Amino acid sequence: MANADVIVIQGSNMAEAHPVGFGWVMEAKRRGAKVFHVDPRFTRTSAVADAYLPIRAGTDIALLGGVVNHILANELDFREYVLAYTNAATIVSDDFVDAEDADGLFSGFDAATGSYVQDSWQYAGHERDSGSGHTADERDTAAGLRHESHGAPVAGQTDRDETLRHPRCVYQILKRHFARYTPEMVERVCGLPREKFLELARAWTENSGRERTGCLIYSVGWTQHTVGVQYIRTGAIIQLLLGNVGRPGGGVLALRGHASIQGSTDIPTLFNLLPGYLPMPHHAQHPDFDAWVDSIRHPGQKGFWGNARAYAVSLLKAYWGDAATPDNDFCYGYLPRLTGDHGTYQQVLDMIDGKIKGYFLLGQNPAVGSAHGRAQRLGMANLDWLVVRDLFMIESATFWQRGPEVATGEIVPEQCRTEIFFLPAASHVEKEGTFTQTQRLLQWREKAVDPPGDARSELWFFYHLGHRLREKLAGSALRRDRALLELTWDYPTHGPHAEPDAEAVLREINGYDTSTGRPLSAFTEARDDGTTAVGCWIYTGVYADGVNQAARRRPGHEQDWVAAEWGWAWPANRRLLYNRASADPQGRPWSERKRYVWWDEQAGRWTGHDVPDFEVTKPPSYRPAAGATGPAALAGDDPFIMQSDGKGWLYAPSGVLDGPLPTHYEPAESPVRNPLYGQQANPTRKMYPHPVNSTNPSPPQENSQVFPYVFTVSRLTEHHTAGGMSRTVAPLAELQPEMFVEVSPELAALAGLTQLGWAHLVSARAVIEARVLVTDRLTPLRVDGRVIHQLWLPYHFGFEGLVTGDSANDLFGITLDPNVLIQESKIGTCDVRPGRRPTGGALRDLVEDYRTRAGVVPGTTPPAVTPGGPEAAAEPGDGEGNR
Amino acid sequence: MTVDPQDRVTPASTAPAGSADRASGGDPVSAAGWVDAPPRMGFFTDTSVCIGCKACEVACKEWNGVPTSGLDLLGMSYDNTGALTADSWRHVAFVEQPRPAGQHPASAGSAEFLGMPAAGPPGRTGSAQGRSDFRWLMMSDVCKHCTRAGCLDVCPTGALFRTEFGTVVVQEDICNGCGYCVSACPYGVIDRRAGDGRVWKCTLCYDRIGAGGTPACAQACPTESIQYGPLDELRERAATRVATLHERGESQARLYGHDPDDGVGGDGAFFLLLDEPEVYGLPPDPQVSTRDLPRMWRRAGLAALAMTAAAVGAFLGGRR
Repeated sequence: MANADVIVIQGSNMAEAHPVGFGWVMEAKRRGAKVFHVDPRFTRTSAVADAYLPIRAGTDIALLGGVVNHILANELDFREYVLAYTNAATIVSDDFVDAEDADGLFSGFDAATGSYVQDSWQYAGHERDSGSGHTADERDTAAGLRHESHGAPVAGQTDRDETLRHPRCVYQILKRHFARYTPEMVERVCGLPREKFLELARAWTENSGRERTGCLIYSVGWTQHTVGVQYIRTGAIIQLLLGNVGRPGGGVLALRGHASIQGSTDIPTLFNLLPGYLPMPHHAQHPDFDAWVDSIRHPGQKGFWGNARAYAVSLLKAYWGDAATPDNDFCYGYLPRLTGDHGTYQQVLDMIDGKIKGYFLLGQNPAVGSAHGRAQRLGMANLDWLVVRDLFMIESATFWQRGPEVATGEIVPEQCRTEIFFLPAASHVEKEGTFTQTQRLLQWREKAVDPPGDARSELWFFYHLGHRLREKLAGSALRRDRALLELTWDYPTHGPHAEPDAEAVLREINGYDTSTGRPLSAFTEARDDGTTAVGCWIYTGVYADGVNQAARRRPGHEQDWVAAEWGWAWPANRRLLYNRASADPQGRPWSERKRYVWWDEQAGRWTGHDVPDFEVTKPPSYRPAAGATGPAALAGDDPFIMQSDGKGWLYAPSGVLDGPLPTHYEPAESPVRNPLYGQQANPTRKMYPHPVNSTNPSPPQENSQVFPYVFTVSRLTEHHTAGGMSRTVAPLAELQPEMFVEVSPELAALAGLTQLGWAHLVSARAVIEARVLVTDRLTPLRVDGRVIHQLWLPYHFGFEGLVTGDSANDLFGITLDPNVLIQESKIGTCDVRPGRRPTGGALRDLVEDYRTRAGVVPGTTPPAVTPGGPEAAAEPGDGEGNR
Repeated sequence: MTVDPQDRVTPASTAPAGSADRASGGDPVSAAGWVDAPPRMGFFTDTSVCIGCKACEVACKEWNGVPTSGLDLLGMSYDNTGALTADSWRHVAFVEQPRPAGQHPASAGSAEFLGMPAAGPPGRTGSAQGRSDFRWLMMSDVCKHCTRAGCLDVCPTGALFRTEFGTVVVQEDICNGCGYCVSACPYGVIDRRAGDGRVWKCTLCYDRIGAGGTPACAQACPTESIQYGPLDELRERAATRVATLHERGESQARLYGHDPDDGVGGDGAFFLLLDEPEVYGLPPDPQVSTRDLPRMWRRAGLAALAMTAAAVGAFLGGRR
């Protein structure tokens, strides 16, 4: 980041939410980089940026699409890079119909399941042999997540037009797709003056190419939308067109929300993934081990996923040790199976419906931090048991006694059936282990002090819980208990509380030879015959030579600027992914200024400042033989080695469920009719028709004016997420001591709000109150001929702790992105009124009154395909419409 | 025990703490009687890279055990600390301004903005379409550790002293809470703690720097807005930084408290500001409050002599 010549921060309040990493933005700025901040609100990030661009929340694709159009219309792309390293030249199927030509729907939409059949999106000649087809199951299980470390399958041999003139080559499709995203359209959709937009577009393109690079930074301001994945896709398209991927100072940088959130996707706390982005088996799609492995490695295709069998076998060996043999498919049968959507929101609704008996909550406070707080609390109030492990007594442990539903009579403490066990947890300084941060860097952390009283680490808790469960099941003859009883569960322990050795866990994650116990050095050493056990294949090398590589702390001034000996980055201690792209197709640095990894002709190998992200002895001139598969099928100038065609994807023929190209859709709740398409919102968004859930109407539905304002929520630097670690700590709590709402002076005048007075906000789900801060950091926007007012709220507050207040997330309903099942919790519509909210039963009456006026019927969802919008484009896919 | 303040502040006093009689600037450390002292240490706070994260405030409170300063929402932008007090030794000021980022006020076509509270909310210049762009200034304020420290001059107990690093520190076990120093500080920094009575302020983490460490606030600062080091080096670095900002068109950038010839002989903690000091709530031309004391005492002495002479004369005359 420090090497960037331009930095674009969008969908992130980096200075406030990631102040430590932001030090590198300031370093880049000191070196002369220009910093842009695009955000609905002027934040502390905007304050130190060179330029701030206000934007209507939820319109980022329109703005970024405008940049794509600016690049293509003026031919400002880095042509040599684009031609060699992206799929710009690839010819797409004749069957493909773009959303531009079908009023907002791509070809293949199946209205019955709200999902696409992707056959027509494929490369020409591969309409049937792609790995995709119907995507209804993928949508249910957030299967797109597995693509975090590798691309979706496509056939290797594709038709290309190196002149980029073929009307169905990706470059021309892209050009047509974004042709209407003009500066005027950006102004109309986003409310951003076109001069401001052009200032950004010029700076971005001028600071890219051979000599210069730009980086793009986002965080959950992008992801938490019903089109969140497509926001990121649009950013990636720009960065590929400008040659800003795989090069120093480039990239699309995702800032993770807090310590080791990256680690918790690598070694996941997600329902649909196993360590290293191996998919959790689906009961119907992966009936046996071979079917599961083949769904990962895609036999016959290019790229490094060809070795998936070795990673899968080694994981099962780590889980079940000697019990896992080739004869029993390495205990594949012991793995749990997906049957559909088990995402957190589906689970909460299932709790309300009495389908779930017990729940573990660790390091999470959904009563405050998750969308639709009332649904969260009502769900947790309808369990047999709930275990909460936390540092402090948080709202998710006391909602039955002190929550807002107690005040409204919806939860009666004496009758609440959930038995709650609160177990004190050790904090990060009271236990050892690793953090994996935004840059995929693992850093080992020593224990500084013993945890107080009964507080224990998570490792201690699960290790001993596992032992007790196994003791209770000992002697069981039931087959279903074998998975637990045969698990390897033998970490050495130490100290008075028998704390498991965290380094022993790291060693298992790294992997070892099962006969000698020798730690593996690289994932290429993993075997598919059961002679290796690897807990997370992408982490192999972190314990190479039996040394904890994550604990390395060589200071920056004692090594070069890449600092390879500080911590350890996955994969293979590589600091910059796809860094083959930092050299030209012939293997020479694009420029001296941006030299990073290059081909050393004399030595016959790749070399440079970083670990090359390429087979080190494969020359740039290498061309695969016809019919080659796996890594051997990658040419010497295919830098994107985890992609099945070795190319960066401007156009995604599969893997992204809501379209091969990003398209501007309005958020699920918006006061504005989509100015670009008849289709209003993402047609594949995941909606939950449940009595507790509801959606405020948006145009062209009637009564959208009942909720005329746009609100967005995010974090303050002074607090941490749901507040459990900051509202409880005096030196932090006093810095932002009260729940507030930020409004522009114009909206304050319009709604009768006064500085430091009270206001209450109403949605179809809830009403909350907050003190008012009137500030010019929020500004009304002129959108499509009318003025749109936006409000901002911090989401940190709840009813426990030193400082308390209503929870902003209570305002949201539940509508999810179809790719990864993330909730749209960065934008909603509401009304705002002066004064405090009603209390007791009157509170629900007020919400009910608004629902009646808006015509909202709980339990129903708005139509996926906008009535009067796209016509006839929807057709059932392959007769599988009811899947 | 009572102490006669006149004993400590008269020009004739030889107390090492005294500094009011020295020429501007100079070396307060050797003047305080230290021999072979380390270089004078201080803070350079570069507000042009401050992101208002308040990590300095928190780190200071944690390290120094400073009590909470109250849970009040002040409505002063994001400032809920309010001011430097006995319970807040670092204070991040937030100033919302209606000025386009990086532009001179003249070119913005707006009236000169002095940072004073106005009737309307800050930054408002009219309709939604006609509104100006916006600037949000942040600055982490702290005790200035003046070369000529008024608080030190007036302290009757010796609780305030000049350390070997040139900083000014209160000894909590000596302070008797007389409060003379409070009115003597030209910046309004030093303050008595309610319920305790004694004065408390930044020590520049005397315990940490004495052990070769960095003050807690500077250590915690993620953008190197707060820089700690030998004052001479910091002044050089600051001059370079101002020149760089001027080159980049940030013509309003200026240093504050760096000049050994100013009214307090220069600050041990000085600042790079992006606007007039008043905008940040800093006095534009601070003067050590004891500056005129020698002259005042001389005149008082002369007056007393004259009075005595007159009285004696009157008696003598009366006998006649």
